[in-house]
Amino acid sequence: MAQEPVIELENVSISLGGRPILRDINLTIEKGEFVVVLGPNGAGKSTLLKMLLGLLHPNSGTIRVLGKTPRRGNPSIGYAPQHRVLESDLALRARDLVGFGLDGNRWGTGWPSRKRDALIDQALDEVQARSFADAPIGQLSGGEQQRLLIAQALLTNPQLLLLDEPLSNLDIARQQDIVELVTQVCRSRNVAVLLVAHDVNPLVSVVDRVLYLANGHSAIGTPSEVVTSATLTKLYGTPVEVVRAMDRIFVVGVEV
Amino acid sequence: MWNVFDLLQYQFMQNAFIAGSIVAIMASAVGYFVILRGLTFAGHELGYIGFAGAAGAVLLGIDPVFGLLVFTIGSAIGMGILGKEVRERDIAIGIIAMLGLGLGVLFLALYTGYAEQAYSILFGTIVGISRADVLVTALASIVVGSILLVIFRPLLFSSLDEEMAEARGVPVRMLSILFLVLVAMVVSISVQIIGVLLIFTLLIGPSATASRLVQSPARAILLGMVLGLLYTWLGIVIAAYSNWPVSFCIATLSFGVYLPVRLLSPLWSGRRRGEATNAANKARTDAQKSLAEAEKV
Repeated sequence: MAQEPVIELENVSISLGGRPILRDINLTIEKGEFVVVLGPNGAGKSTLLKMLLGLLHPNSGTIRVLGKTPRRGNPSIGYAPQHRVLESDLALRARDLVGFGLDGNRWGTGWPSRKRDALIDQALDEVQARSFADAPIGQLSGGEQQRLLIAQALLTNPQLLLLDEPLSNLDIARQQDIVELVTQVCRSRNVAVLLVAHDVNPLVSVVDRVLYLANGHSAIGTPSEVVTSATLTKLYGTPVEVVRAMDRIFVVGVEV
Repeated sequence: MWNVFDLLQYQFMQNAFIAGSIVAIMASAVGYFVILRGLTFAGHELGYIGFAGAAGAVLLGIDPVFGLLVFTIGSAIGMGILGKEVRERDIAIGIIAMLGLGLGVLFLALYTGYAEQAYSILFGTIVGISRADVLVTALASIVVGSILLVIFRPLLFSSLDEEMAEARGVPVRMLSILFLVLVAMVVSISVQIIGVLLIFTLLIGPSATASRLVQSPARAILLGMVLGLLYTWLGIVIAAYSNWPVSFCIATLSFGVYLPVRLLSPLWSGRRRGEATNAANKARTDAQKSLAEAEKV
């Protein structure tokens, strides 16, 4: 019994402000796949996420998410943006932020309920954020905030998780924590994950495939297929050298 | 010595207390979101823009509140459409506000009627509030209050992160413009008590103080309302007995409470941070201990 792909892009092209961002992209992401999206700034990584969320529409080609055209507010997709620096005197607690994932888009003020609190507590437990559930978010570190954003994205039990640069501005140890968390979430819930990053190293041993976007084009495959001098040179259209040294992968010659 | 019940014999005093209470409640409710959305500058400038409307209304012989409403709501819609580029937007708002202030000065100079009315637009008043003003204030706040209750959750969500909210289907653009209109309405009804110059003290003061004392949105808004009411009632009573301007009295109370809270809050937030870290560390060592126990068996 073949399972329907979570994401299908067929000949998708999109231009923003007159500038072509993506040209003729074709790809399929299957259920439960852990995919990292790499590429330089402006390559279209965030644009791709926005198209999957129904916030932007391609100029040509078709996109299908879980078999249907992307629409805004699809509860089958969980989205976590990059954590940002917040003012320290915002009166909003960690559990309030996570609660948005449940009903932040519904009208009215809502009513406190034990069931709702239990669901939020469960999400907080899953990302190991229970200990700071009542702390104001402005006082939390980047890593802690990122956990909350991921928890928020999981509350509707999505089949697709979109994470926009969750590892940026975190030190190596915190990056490892987040990678472990996302891997755990991906495997235990069998949810497809698209994680946008700039560096493949923290993820190379856990992802199923790499989607590399550059120069309007894409290359998708296992890390050892895609992160090679040959593939990236073809993708970027200029000489790119991939160097492996001291257990790390370095991409030399272009912006990553 | 100061007998509030004596004061309440006078109708103008009753009006001042009723209008002031309504204004304090609405300003705090809206003020929480103004701070959250980084609109404190815009909120303040709306007062100056409204000033031109109020002064123009006085010149035309109509109630200044209507002039305020027209000018502030119009600018609010304009600001909402101008969009999010904060620095550019703030420059544009500042320039228009200065134009508003200038026009207001011109209108007042042209006005040959009672100086008291002109004075009270800038500085607020406790004697000049009529029953009709109270009615307009009550109606406006019912409208603002109802809308705020309906948009509460999506507004809170989009105030934190527009991208996330938009991804979940929240109409962020519409909410942004609608909220600015609500701020405009609250600023308009607040001017009668606190005046254009000191809008900040009621709009921002109580909410800023409350946000440093409690953490959840609902509690911060409620505490802000309580503080706003206290400042307003005390301010009116002090103004009545001392002949100091009521806006000065309210401003002093608002600032006087905010200052120690602001200076002392790192103390208890540091402690909270420490508690959170300690709790996390304890959880980690507990987990390690149980793991060690399990391996022994």
